Amino acid sequence: MTSSLTPLQSPDSVLGQSQPFTGATAQTPYLDAVDTKLHRKLCGSIEEAIERSGLKDGMTISFHHAFREGDKVVNRVVDTLARLGFKNLTLASSSLLSCHDPLVDHVKSGVITQIYTSGMRGKLAEAISNGLMARPVQVHSHGGRVHLLQTGELQIDVAFLAVACCDEFGNANGTHGRLNCGSLGYAKVDAQFARQVVVLTEEVVDFPNHPASISQDRVDWIVKLDEVGDPSKISAGAARVTNNARELLIARNATDVIEHSGYFVDGFSMQTGSGAAATAATRFLEERMTRRGIKASFALGGVTGGIADLHKKGLIKTVVDVQSFDQDAAESLRTSSGHLEISANEYANPTSKAAYVDRVNMVILSALEIDLDFNVNVITGSDGVMRGASGGHCDVAAAADLTIIVAPLVRSRIPTVVRRVTTRLTPGESVDVVVTDQGIAVNRNRPEVEQRLRDARLPVMTIEELHERAVTLTGEPEPLEFTDRIVGVVRYRDGSVIDVVRQVKG
Amino acid sequence: MKLRRSMLFVPGDNAAMLSTSFIYKPDSIMFDLEDAVSPREKDSARLLVFQALQHPVYRDIETVVRINSLSTEFGRKDLEAAIRGGANVVRLPKTESPEAIRELDTHVTRIEIACGRPVGDTKLMAAIESASGVVNAVAIATASPRMIAIAMAGFDYLVDMHTRRSDDWQPELFYARAAVLHAARAAHIDAFDVVYGNVNDDEGFMREVKIAKQLGFNGKSLIHPKQVYLLHRAYAPTQDEVDHARRVIAAAEEALRNGLGVVSLDGKMIDPPVLKEAEMTLQLAEAA
Repeated sequence: MTSSLTPLQSPDSVLGQSQPFTGATAQTPYLDAVDTKLHRKLCGSIEEAIERSGLKDGMTISFHHAFREGDKVVNRVVDTLARLGFKNLTLASSSLLSCHDPLVDHVKSGVITQIYTSGMRGKLAEAISNGLMARPVQVHSHGGRVHLLQTGELQIDVAFLAVACCDEFGNANGTHGRLNCGSLGYAKVDAQFARQVVVLTEEVVDFPNHPASISQDRVDWIVKLDEVGDPSKISAGAARVTNNARELLIARNATDVIEHSGYFVDGFSMQTGSGAAATAATRFLEERMTRRGIKASFALGGVTGGIADLHKKGLIKTVVDVQSFDQDAAESLRTSSGHLEISANEYANPTSKAAYVDRVNMVILSALEIDLDFNVNVITGSDGVMRGASGGHCDVAAAADLTIIVAPLVRSRIPTVVRRVTTRLTPGESVDVVVTDQGIAVNRNRPEVEQRLRDARLPVMTIEELHERAVTLTGEPEPLEFTDRIVGVVRYRDGSVIDVVRQVKG
Repeated sequence: MKLRRSMLFVPGDNAAMLSTSFIYKPDSIMFDLEDAVSPREKDSARLLVFQALQHPVYRDIETVVRINSLSTEFGRKDLEAAIRGGANVVRLPKTESPEAIRELDTHVTRIEIACGRPVGDTKLMAAIESASGVVNAVAIATASPRMIAIAMAGFDYLVDMHTRRSDDWQPELFYARAAVLHAARAAHIDAFDVVYGNVNDDEGFMREVKIAKQLGFNGKSLIHPKQVYLLHRAYAPTQDEVDHARRVIAAAEEALRNGLGVVSLDGKMIDPPVLKEAEMTLQLAEAA
């Protein structure tokens, strides 16, 4: 220590608790050897990454769902954790799908004891709906998840993030390399909030990898795997126009609503879900936009090939992409400078400093049920079992100028427009128009929209009339019976509880 | 005048389709008890169709039942169900002679009396599916006052003619189409063109619609609900045609107001057929 720094040894020094200098690499010892300097993050296996991350029983692990049904990481990591004897973990995946059925066994054995997710399908959802877990699953929206991370309710200890490629410092993306899943919008958030970040990649590419959706300064560990996902299963042809006449009919009705809503003006902005009707509506929109000489300023969301196609044709100036629903969308993100990748925080978090959803004019969303107050259920089926995803539904519905819900009036001989939704996810006050194959209903809060649609001679009726029509076709369904036990908590985007899911009787 | 552009086939044994097909708003909906239903399912399909016919959702749409030939064990039962269920029209498949229509007419009258429907309420149409059917088309079209339409059916006909369907202007169907259409027009009834089977080929379908429309068919039989919209769009008049039709009608109303016997527009006389065509154009535009 130089004499000028001797005051550091005095307890009442003006230099306070500062430490004296002890060497150029005292805090960065890895710089002393080439191997650690360049390759220190690379782990030979998932086990090694788990060990180096410091994961312990009772902690929280996270995943993203950009590979949707093609995900190969969640099951593999949780299998490994089970083999290593981990217990009592909280699983926080941005969403869970049918490919995650094997998690049922890990819940049964106590490896996973708490789940946060935006959605669930398949056997896991069924088992949890039937009371598999002692603690209810927390169902949040995509924006709401970031909010829970910000408030600290959800604290990720280790994020396991599948990427298409990264370099050995961890600069990673989903758009380059052999595997192309597109946007890593959800992973970006986990990389920001997690205490430790493990990147799981199919390819380790030359440094510096660019673009870096996840930047090296957020990444702790890297594991190269033979396979992290199957992009062909991200979406089995969402870009293809459906041949289902009923979906086409609903899509045409939704397109009519858009055209005559008053918001179909040059420079409008839009979002569509990934459902067949929403995708088909995108195609129908092309013809209307061309005919009227109208272009969109931006399209937001989970992006489909249909949206990418309109972008390519110059009808949508900018595409803003938190998740790519198919290969065409992913390819557009890779190749177009007007196709932007954003995080879920930028997308939809209500407490972000600015969310893209705030600037959406019109959105088309699907529903499992809509009730007479326009509340929407996208979580539980008509049997009361969870089988859907919150996604960005309530986020964009709250913010968009015009929220259009599309659904067949009757699904498998069960009404979709019901007296009271089984589970409320998006409040009716956020929903403006319901479009079915048999008529259109407008929320009474939007008389001006209703008038425009009536002026255009669209088949507008009241929501009560739609409900009656559905019941005429199917009869009044038997009410579901539930136990008192809560199996799911539905969190609104601001973290508040908007509804609970109870265990079905029998 | 009843528009008959689209006749949508719905298999009689498909409960889901029976309960939803009206949403596509075809001009006529045809519940099929014949080829689309296997012999095992004939009885259950007949019951399903009988129930569907009475459902309020089909009150505002022309219902047609394709029965099995009266020479089969199913034909008469089908006919009973169709008439008692309230079908607007009975479609007889594979019609080869006027006698077949007259025999059908007799049975229909008997059943109408038995179930209390006004005699003559049930209409008939014939599908022409063979060379002899084509040759006898005029006699078939005029065989009963109940007849409202004849339909050309291509598949069996082409087998009968030792040929197959082509993709271009379809010379193999030209004579049959022309003959059936002439028979219909001579009998003042409607004519339906053949079904287009490849439901994944919208362009091929539209090519065929163009041929049918240009020849003068009222419309087509359809086997996929998405074809209803495509067909109606193809039959929709252009804005110029609508504008012209409106002017023709306005001129006719003006002439009527002024007590003039002759209608003229832009210095040219308007014949009654032109007026009729203008009314038809506006009706098509309204329904498009």
